[in-house]
Amino acid sequence: MNLKDHIVQSISQAVEAVFSTMLGASVVPGEITFEHGAPDTQDGVLSFIGVAGSWAGTGCVSCSPVVACRVCSQMLMTESTAVDEEVLDAVAELTNMIIGSVKNDLELELGPLGLSIPTVVFGRNFRTKSAGHAEWVVRRFGWDADSFEVRMCLAPSENKSALHPPHAMESLNPLGD
Amino acid sequence: MGCDVLVVDDSAAIRKILQRVLRQTGMVIGDIFEAGDGEEALAVLGGQKVSLVLSDINMPKMDGIQLLAAMKAAPAWHDIPVVMVTTEGGEAKVSEAVRLGAAGYVRKPFTADQIKEKLAGFLPAAQTS
Repeated sequence: MNLKDHIVQSISQAVEAVFSTMLGASVVPGEITFEHGAPDTQDGVLSFIGVAGSWAGTGCVSCSPVVACRVCSQMLMTESTAVDEEVLDAVAELTNMIIGSVKNDLELELGPLGLSIPTVVFGRNFRTKSAGHAEWVVRRFGWDADSFEVRMCLAPSENKSALHPPHAMESLNPLGD
Repeated sequence: MGCDVLVVDDSAAIRKILQRVLRQTGMVIGDIFEAGDGEEALAVLGGQKVSLVLSDINMPKMDGIQLLAAMKAAPAWHDIPVVMVTTEGGEAKVSEAVRLGAAGYVRKPFTADQIKEKLAGFLPAAQTS
């Protein structure tokens, strides 16, 4: 299995586990795409976490305000009708658990990786820019009538030799291309 | 009178979930204190006598590993069991936590039963009549 397929599979497993365990909900895996760069403009809630180590990149969850409120309501067993600090915190933790689970899975292939503290953005018509040039793996999910997506990009670090034995790096097929 | 517990996590959502789960375990629990990072946790420990600490690892300011090390180095807190509740599942972090004396490890996402099972040895069960 190449790395892109591994990331897709890890994201699906992580999302299904987190939703079933922490929200008591089931999701339906949807479209998979591979994209260069971020969307031109975005609306809603975007939560992201940096990944660092022998490979580095970013994992993020993006969703509408409605989905963000549903996440908070089901995770905390409360009633959230508007995006506030509690909702953003719940989405940040959801992202932490999803991307953290993906990271734990990918570590078996890529070696030790670290996670940053999550950052959440909520707004309309905003743009994002990543300094990296790696391709994004994008996996969409359906949750009843709603949807959300999980994205991840990952590329070898420049200082990878410090954390990873050379033979292991050579055995990888980066992004399957 | 129940055992007081300290929950340490930078996510208010997880602190709230763990409070709810702790109350549902059927164990005798008194006050549940909260802290958003290791520094806040040490401040709570300085003013409260707690029987158990549940701590995340990845947190700003002082992380869970640093908190664990600080507690194990302090005679007053050395014997308080610390259970790590974290997304971090890397072998290096787990090994470090065990080496420093963590009493247990629960990986997020978790179920209420997993928390209950992990805490069974540290908190008394409620009496049923």
